[in-house]
Amino acid sequence: VKQVPATIATLLIGILITLISLWYSQNNGLMPTSASAESPEIDGLFTAMLAIASGLFLLIQGALVYSAIAFRRKKEDNTDADPIEGDIPLEILWTAIPAALVLWLAVYSFDVYKSVDSGAFMGTHMAHNHTTEQIAHLPGAAIAAPLPGSSALATSSVLAVETTPAGSIPSDQAEAMEPAGVGPAPDSLPLMAPTPSAEGPLAVNVAGLQYAWIFTYPETGVVSGELHLPVNREVKLTLSANDVIHAFWVPQFRLKQDAIPGQPTYMSFMPTVTGNYPVVCAELCGAYHGAMKARAIVQTPEEFNAWMKSNQVAATPDAAAIATLTAPSQRTSSERLVAHAQGLGVAPAIAAGSEHAGHLHPSQLQAIAEHL
Amino acid sequence: MTTTQTPLSPEVDYSPVFAHEPAQNRWRDYFSFSTDHKVIGIQYLVTSFVFYLIGGALAEVVRTELATPEVDFVSREVYNGAFTIHASIMIFLWIIPCLTGGFGNFLVPLLIGAKDMAFPRLNAIAFWIIPPTGVLLLLSWIWGPASAGWTSYPPLSLITNKVGEAIWILGVILLGTSSIMAGLNFLVTILKMRVPDMPMNEMPLFCWAMLATSALQLVATPVLTGALVLLGFDLLVGTAFFNPTGGGNPVVYQHMFWFYSHPAVYIMILPAFGMISEILPVHARKPIFGYKAIAYSSLAISFLGLIVWAHHMFTSGTPDWLRMFFMIATMIIAVPTGIKVFSWVATIWGGKLRLNSAMLFAMGFVSMFLIGGLSGVMVASVPFDIHVHDTYFIVAHLHYVLFGGSVFGIYAGIYHWFPKMTGRMLNEAWGKVHFVLTFIGFNVTFLPMHVLGLQGMNRRIAEYDPKFATLNLVCTIGSYVLAVSTLPFLVNAVWSWMNGPKASNNPWQGLTLEWMTTSPPPVENFDVEPVLITGPYEYGIGYTPMELMKLEEEEERANGNQPQQNKDSALAPSRSESQSV
Repeated sequence: VKQVPATIATLLIGILITLISLWYSQNNGLMPTSASAESPEIDGLFTAMLAIASGLFLLIQGALVYSAIAFRRKKEDNTDADPIEGDIPLEILWTAIPAALVLWLAVYSFDVYKSVDSGAFMGTHMAHNHTTEQIAHLPGAAIAAPLPGSSALATSSVLAVETTPAGSIPSDQAEAMEPAGVGPAPDSLPLMAPTPSAEGPLAVNVAGLQYAWIFTYPETGVVSGELHLPVNREVKLTLSANDVIHAFWVPQFRLKQDAIPGQPTYMSFMPTVTGNYPVVCAELCGAYHGAMKARAIVQTPEEFNAWMKSNQVAATPDAAAIATLTAPSQRTSSERLVAHAQGLGVAPAIAAGSEHAGHLHPSQLQAIAEHL
Repeated sequence: MTTTQTPLSPEVDYSPVFAHEPAQNRWRDYFSFSTDHKVIGIQYLVTSFVFYLIGGALAEVVRTELATPEVDFVSREVYNGAFTIHASIMIFLWIIPCLTGGFGNFLVPLLIGAKDMAFPRLNAIAFWIIPPTGVLLLLSWIWGPASAGWTSYPPLSLITNKVGEAIWILGVILLGTSSIMAGLNFLVTILKMRVPDMPMNEMPLFCWAMLATSALQLVATPVLTGALVLLGFDLLVGTAFFNPTGGGNPVVYQHMFWFYSHPAVYIMILPAFGMISEILPVHARKPIFGYKAIAYSSLAISFLGLIVWAHHMFTSGTPDWLRMFFMIATMIIAVPTGIKVFSWVATIWGGKLRLNSAMLFAMGFVSMFLIGGLSGVMVASVPFDIHVHDTYFIVAHLHYVLFGGSVFGIYAGIYHWFPKMTGRMLNEAWGKVHFVLTFIGFNVTFLPMHVLGLQGMNRRIAEYDPKFATLNLVCTIGSYVLAVSTLPFLVNAVWSWMNGPKASNNPWQGLTLEWMTTSPPPVENFDVEPVLITGPYEYGIGYTPMELMKLEEEEERANGNQPQQNKDSALAPSRSESQSV
């Protein structure tokens, strides 16, 4: 080993570290299944960061371990080591390289964020104006989930217009529409992808309450304890919270958004793989936080439509009950009701049903509606 | 300083000593309202260590509950209380008081050649706030403790265990006040009380770190106090600053909370950085590599630490441009932090390392903190953070910073300065056992949590998906190893303090001023104002306080063997050990 010049040894170690880091980051297997159009980009970002982190880890950890072995004090040697107090070029190097790396990472993250957040990103400003407006005329801002009725329809149409500006189909969506054969085989695509732009994004209102998720489809008035989604169609969630802060997270979609009482938040994505995924509450919301779970069920459009139809019939009585509460003439009183209910904290009836949050019974929904 | 290395005689202590009588502290001094910074420092260290044990016990409650996916050890309510009080104790009653109060108090005046802190009474008050507050916080279990997490986000914090929450708010305000007092004291002491021939640029690096820390304590802590006062009003008198039912905004609380609580991370790590910069050169027998870069990077971290708080709120509906700003600001912190890590490695590189317990913990610090730092850059990236926010990935990351970083740093500091603090040597063999057990236990506990978080396990839950059961069991076993690892330390520290071999004034042959006085130092530290003969890190430049026989002898002593009597008395006739023998 002594015959190998230091520069060549350094070069070899550098190559070895690079290869190991790249191999590990490409084969890390740390992420769960990827099931949305957004997740491959986030996974790509993770892979890149993992490669850099692994390289730095091996380099520095290696230097520490090597030092601990090679630079141990010899038994009889009580002298000091060479007085090296610094090395300006070296210090500039290890300032400049990390600086360049994080700047690159910031730009890369920005790009990923922009494309993941495609619909909302450029429209932030508009969305926020809309937020204020929505708070202003919805009954009880805390239940921003627009209930079936005229206001809900208005909201959903506004959302639809907002998220699909003419001629700007999000890049990931465009990618998903590309026929198989270009690039890696998109095995996640079902046989017949519906053209997303034609139908527009599916609007779903998500309400978090201790300790359940309630999903309302404003277009049809269907209310459910499970989030049914058609595959390959853009989804726009409007999140609200009834009592405390919750956070909507589907690990397989790689997306998370807090549901905050008093201010609606938004989230859009496109599921690309059919299946059942957990909807996890990621913000501490009380004793049963760990039990606050629901299912996201991504189905083919046909299955989804069938589910929607069957529930539309079932949901009608509920919708009627809710509609009477939110009729324009009664709005002020219902607003008061909501505020009152909020002050009381959690509805015991709701908390009781929380353990089976995924399978809310229509009667429970009725109870919730009456509670409001 | 001439550079010729003259042959040294083992009979002479080459360190200049500016004091002659070591302190004779009686045990009841430590229970008194002493204004001596060294007594206060040890009061902080011991008190905070007691709270560390309590916080650790709560962590074991949490881990035992998580050994299985079902809720089967404690109730969900107790579980939430346990992790809330665990975090509150570890942050406000262990790491902050131990690092700033304990080491800051003991070391800063000694390192700059001062007789005491600038405001000794304020110093004592700052300490005496802590024990009753800690007891109060523990007593809140009677009414049900605060259970909304140490972050205490409204509206949840407003509707769970009101009495416990009120006590928590009061407690954290008091501990914050104590921290502000200490910060002010350090700032004035470091700026005004250095010996005349010590310019800023020749201060030991721990002082730079404490300067940066104090600035954060003074700027950020009042904002937390403000937030908690408002939260207290919402809780107790029904105002609606943060309560949405009255039109309040819960996100404003998060901004105010994190405006303090992110800098708090730097309050908890910067002093440890400073200690590592002191310990590595001494045991590597080599000057610190890039003094100025390390010194100024502390200030850079301190400043940047103030403008990154919203990276804890990437999923809180924060506007996009703000998310981008906070992402970039956060990532930039990697640059000054990287400078430190590279400089430490370069300090060790080519040294003559004494791998004793202090050095092992110091190198362990660099190694473990590195992992926390790397995962820190990853979670700064908004799209990735949106996935891992509030998951076990974050739990892993924060423990690599605060345990792998701060706690390893604290242990390194204890092994390094124990002889100075108590006048006794710790047992080296048990120290190494402690290190190995801690290192293994820590990594087994927290490394798998990265995977759990990425795979989809959210944090602060008492029950979880059975598919995470195996890794959780591994974490729990690791946490038991970690708990056991404390025992050798505890026994070693107590036994050595009472019966350990006497330490000389300068057992590690350090060059900073604390080694130029007796062990333990007398009241007011130095009999005469110390004169700087060398810079703090000028190892290998000709000035060598090295006694050839002595190093071997110290190792002998540390291993529990009594050195030969004739050698001991021949060493330094005027010094403490010969007088007390």
